[in-house]
Order: sequence, then C-alpha cells, then structure tokens
Amino acid sequence: MANRWTNKLTRDDVTPEPLFMNRRRVLAGLGLGAGAVAGVGGLALGGMPGAAQAQEAEGLEPNTFEEITSYCNYYEFGTRKDDPSENAHMLTTEPWSIAIDGLVERPGDYALEDILSQMTIEERIYRFRCVEAWSMVVPWNGFELADLLEFAGVKPEAKYVAFETVYRPEEMPGTRYPVLDWPYVEGLRLDEALHPLTMMATGIYGKTIPNQNGAPIRLVVPWKYGFKSIKSIVRITLTDTQPPTSWNKAGPNEYGFYSNVNPNVDHPRWSQATERRIGGGLFARRIPTPMFNGYEDEVAGLYEGMDLKANF
Amino acid sequence: MVADRINGALRKLPIWAVYAGLAVPAPWWLYQGATGGLGVEPITALEHALGEFALQLAIVGLAITPLRRLSGVTLLRFRRAVGLMTFFYVTLHLMVWLVLDVQIVSQIWADIVKRPYITVGMGGFLLMVPLALTSNNWSVRRLGTGWRKLHRLTYPAVLLGGVHYVMLAKGFQIEPLVYLSVIVMLLALRLRILPSLRVA
Repeated sequence: MANRWTNKLTRDDVTPEPLFMNRRRVLAGLGLGAGAVAGVGGLALGGMPGAAQAQEAEGLEPNTFEEITSYCNYYEFGTRKDDPSENAHMLTTEPWSIAIDGLVERPGDYALEDILSQMTIEERIYRFRCVEAWSMVVPWNGFELADLLEFAGVKPEAKYVAFETVYRPEEMPGTRYPVLDWPYVEGLRLDEALHPLTMMATGIYGKTIPNQNGAPIRLVVPWKYGFKSIKSIVRITLTDTQPPTSWNKAGPNEYGFYSNVNPNVDHPRWSQATERRIGGGLFARRIPTPMFNGYEDEVAGLYEGMDLKANF
Repeated sequence: MVADRINGALRKLPIWAVYAGLAVPAPWWLYQGATGGLGVEPITALEHALGEFALQLAIVGLAITPLRRLSGVTLLRFRRAVGLMTFFYVTLHLMVWLVLDVQIVSQIWADIVKRPYITVGMGGFLLMVPLALTSNNWSVRRLGTGWRKLHRLTYPAVLLGGVHYVMLAKGFQIEPLVYLSVIVMLLALRLRILPSLRVA
C-alpha cells in the first residue's frame, strides 16, 4: 500500500525545475506502476510555494547525488568515507535474492525481481542523520517494508524483524578486518518495521541505488541513526525475541537497540544535540538536531511511556 | 659506511628547508578543503588530516634517537624543527576543531570535560605548550639540565596523542592501534629494560 505517508519535503526541493521535468520523464520511462506516477503527481502538488518556503525556512536543502554517493559509511568496503565509493563496485548485485524466514506464513528465498514486481515504487525525501553527527537529505525510491512483510505474511507471534547484510569477503575488502562482527545485522521492533515511514530503498534520485549506498536493496528508517538502515539485505527473519544488532554488539554502552535520533541523549563520546548537514563546505554551521530526526509527530507514539534515556 | 654517507648528505640540508617542507601540507589542505578537494565534508577531513600528520611527525621525532643508536643515522639537527612542526600541526588540528567543527563555546568546554578522548587530546596539547615555548637556544642555556628533564614531557604527550586516536575510532580499527603500538615501542626503547636493543 503506497502513499500512506505524505512527504513534507517536496520534489521541488530536490531538483532545479528543468531537471525536475526531465526526471518525471525518466520515472515514466522506468515503467513504474500507475501508483508511482500518481505519487509523483501528488508530490508535485505538494510543491506549492507555501510548502517550499516552509521547507526553506527549516533550512532543508536536499543533498546532491554526488554528495549522497561519495560520503558513505559502509565498513564492509573500508572505514574511510570514500572507501565505499571506491571499492563497492566489486559487489555483485545481480542476481540477488532475499531469504525471508522465521515467523512468517510464506518463508522462502525470493528473487529480488519477484519481490519488486509486487511492490509499488515511490519517492520519499527523508532526512538522514548519522550517529557521527552529520546529516543529509536524501530522495529515496522504494517501497514500504510493511508491504514486503505483508507479502511474506507475518505470524501473530512475531515481535521483531531481524535483517542481515550480504557477507562476501572476496567482494568486500573491509571484511578482512574485524572492525565489526561480520555479517552486519540489524533489527527493528515489529511495530517500527510496520510503520509507514519505514521503507526498503532501491533507488536514489530515480536512479538504481549505487552499491556504496546499499545496492540492490536496503532499509531506511529515517527517525533512527543511519546505522540502523542496514544495506544490501540478503535475509529478513521474523522473531519473537529482540535480535542482536552489529553496533550494539561492538559497543553496548554506545549504541542501543533502538538508536532513535535524540538530541537529549548524547553518545558517550560526543554530543548529539547538533549536526552538520553535508554540503556546507569548510564553514558549514552546526544545526540543532530535532527529536526523532524531525519525525516526532509520526513516530513518538511508538515509544509512549518508554524511558528513551534507558532505551537509547 | 652507508650511515656516514647519509649523514654527510643530511648535513647539506639546511634546517629552514625542513621547516618549509613540513609547512607545505597545511596551506595545501586548507586550499583543498575550501575548493572541494577534501570531499563533501571538508571540516572533518581537514581535522583528521592535520591530526594524523601531527601524530606522524611526533613519531618521527620520537624515532630520531633510537634511529641514531640502531643505525648511526643522525637526524638530531632536525629534531627541534620536527618537534615545533608537530606542535604547529597539533595547534592547527585543535583550531579546526574549535572554530570550524564544534563552533559553540559552551559545547567546547563541555566536550573537554565530558568526552574522555577530547580530555586526553587536550592533555597532550597542554603538555606540548611548555615544550614549544622552550624549543630555542636561549631556553636550553637558561634551563641547563632542567631543560632535558622538562623535555621528557614529550613521551607522555605523544602517548596521549596515540591514545586519543585509538579512543575516537568506531568499532575495532587497525590503523589507530598501529600508531599506538609504534609509539609504545619507541617509548619502550628508552627504558633500560631493553638493553640488548642498544647498539651505540
């Protein structure tokens, strides 16, 4: 079910007008379903002067494709920010399949194209906040994780969703070092996974998602620190117990299971109150980090009554 | 002997050339940072480049004495230049952190007292201040034997620099540990418990 969530950031925020018109044609050329085209129309309507001005007042300037694809954390390809864009070309993304197992009605090893043929691709412009206190605004293309879970059929006893990144040492030079306990794993509570903001991304700016950004398919959870948005997913497991997550295993005092963006809970080694938006150059100012990365209205209800300091 | 020939060649190298040569990266990185050469996030990139170079220079400085003992090659004439340029890069690293990175005065102090890796780095910098201030002939004459004692602060200062790097790494990363191991090794060479390594 696409379009359950209406973008506050508009397409006009992303691309200059002439390119914007071209991109509409590109999207149409991709042969996406009617839903996607309707989505584009909806977003264009959302780009009224008032809305655009409101976004501008908020200081939301979407990042360029070059910025998004050249500054990445993907430790399987190296720990420096430019390692992934240099090394990720080694990853084979075709063919690709995702094993969906655990507490699901229809477990199996699904070919990516078979999954995609059932999904409606739409664009979502999300803030992206790294735990290292930098941020971007990214126009993702993808579908809601809820749709994929519906496709597999979630059994009633399932409470969590576990994810696993592909692990191929021969294609991923960073995995030769024990920076983390490979393969990379992540997890969400089922209600977080089913939230309409949670998506599986297969593209950026209407293009196939580049390898360094998690091709061919990755998770995007915009109200959590970036490391929760696991890349190049090969396994999704529904469980009734909280699954282990890579950064939590590496530093339980520093990275919690929830890892919701929260300016009031500092990382033990640095403050999370402010962030630096990528692309501001040498004299970029720090900007305040909003609660839940600006998605408080949408997601605060998920954590009602929870101590967010204890459950960081 | 090879060492003698190297020493002969080194004698012809003027000290000002070492200062000049080591100063080159600073304006180059600044220029690159301002023009996109350091990638899309130039502040952190510049901060890291300056910090890493300072650590490398500190290691070179620490290696001068063991190198002479083990190989006979002497860089002693350049030690002050290396030391002062280390301080220069540590200062620039700190300035970039203060002015470009953290920006907010209240947060700077909070970071220094609350974040151990910053406390450690700051400690290393503070230990270097008296060293830089007394790296001149007048101070050497004036302080006499006290000068040598004072300049043993180099050892904890560099050690703190290495620890600072290890502490800020995310996950288990090899590079900072390599730097720290080299520093610990160079410091160990100064302990008399390793007499077998002393050739001179």
